Amino acid sequence: MDTLLSSEGDSQRTQYPYVTGTSVIGFKYKDGILMAADMGGSYGSTIRYKSVERLKQVGKHSLIGASGEISDFQEILKYLDELILHDNMWDDGNSLGPKEVHNYLTRVMYNRRNKFDPLWNSLIIGGVKNGHKYLGSVGMIGVHFEDDHVATGFGNHLARPILREEWRADLTFEEGVKLLEKCMRNLLYRDRSAVNKLQIAKITEEGLTVSQPYSLKTFWNFAAFENPTVGATGSW
Amino acid sequence: MNDINSPHSMGTTIIGVPYAGDVILGADSRTSTGLYAANRDSDKITQLTDNVYLCRSGSAADSQIVSDYVRHFLHQHMMQLGQPATVKVAANLIRLLSYSNKNMLQTGLIVGGWDKYEGGKIYGIPLGGTIVEQPFAIGGSGSTYFYGFFDQEWKDGMTKDEAEKLVVKAVSLAIARDGASGGVVRTVIINSEDVTRNFYPGDTLPLWHEELAPQNSLLDILSSASPEPMVS
Repeated sequence: MDTLLSSEGDSQRTQYPYVTGTSVIGFKYKDGILMAADMGGSYGSTIRYKSVERLKQVGKHSLIGASGEISDFQEILKYLDELILHDNMWDDGNSLGPKEVHNYLTRVMYNRRNKFDPLWNSLIIGGVKNGHKYLGSVGMIGVHFEDDHVATGFGNHLARPILREEWRADLTFEEGVKLLEKCMRNLLYRDRSAVNKLQIAKITEEGLTVSQPYSLKTFWNFAAFENPTVGATGSW
Repeated sequence: MNDINSPHSMGTTIIGVPYAGDVILGADSRTSTGLYAANRDSDKITQLTDNVYLCRSGSAADSQIVSDYVRHFLHQHMMQLGQPATVKVAANLIRLLSYSNKNMLQTGLIVGGWDKYEGGKIYGIPLGGTIVEQPFAIGGSGSTYFYGFFDQEWKDGMTKDEAEKLVVKAVSLAIARDGASGGVVRTVIINSEDVTRNFYPGDTLPLWHEELAPQNSLLDILSSASPEPMVS
């Protein structure tokens, strides 16, 4: 990578992430792809930034969601910008779809991993082109796959099980949003780096929309929550 | 053992707050090497161009060299452009250096300034080289002490006086609790017309919990106080 004034003397280096985004969830639904991510940028255990957009459009047909180091995501967006620009410059009526974007990013991520200099992200790419829905995932070591529902980070542990039970291929937009919110609420309860401000993006053949940021209600009013240690003093 | 999740703590307190289309930057003045305050009078708000300034935190050497390079590149850029640089360009040059050299640099920066296209703007560039445009930015090790204070007190549409009071109050709260922050509070106010530097010496800052009003000597207390000031 061409860098301004950096020395390339280090032959072996893996970085540490500094400002990180947490889970992204995505799944196919009747008309296309739905994806959700919160707007948090954590700095170690501090929730430092609370308005980070982690869902972005790529060209005409794709949507990318990122978790991990935000600076690396910003750099990936620059690479994608260049990719789409060159694709447009061909001016041949064709345009890169989500499968191509996913494949490109897989090569980028895997090659950086081989140089021990990874882009510290887990990415989800989704989109619709010519009626065909596509949803894929790629991480910092280059592991990549496609599926009907994918997630990054904690989402794999907390959201995927819900999706395995309740996902269907013919979900309507309303059902899909409710399902995403169910997953995001669960993450909000259990993921320490989750933030209660999220965006939901939908991509269909017609185009892409990213919702305005909004917050979810949470539920704490259970009888069992009020006095949990009454039968066992000293416990938690 | 380096805990992969804990960020490096950075000596310093720095703040950037836009208000009414202009911008105010603030910082403390302590540079420490280990437990020693090597400079109690530092100037951490550095000029990049006539209209763009930079708050530096973290490694003094790294932040200085980054600001020197960016000042140089901005100067060349303005020669070509024929007009003042925008805050966005300055911030993105800082990001470029911070990101490309992320393995070697340890500096968190706040870029603030005024340009004719966007007015007053603040950009935060923490460790790693993420660039974040924000309605206000706080940074440095001292900033952890007033995340809650800022969450409560900051509001949109403040006047210049309100914004400056907020900045000075916050830096002085951090100085009260953060060993790596101290000295004086410096502020720089940037608007379309000019740039104003202000200086608040340590002894003019408000007193916080468990702090006492400074005296010249015990002797003054003894001579003015009640008959039994000394207790055995």
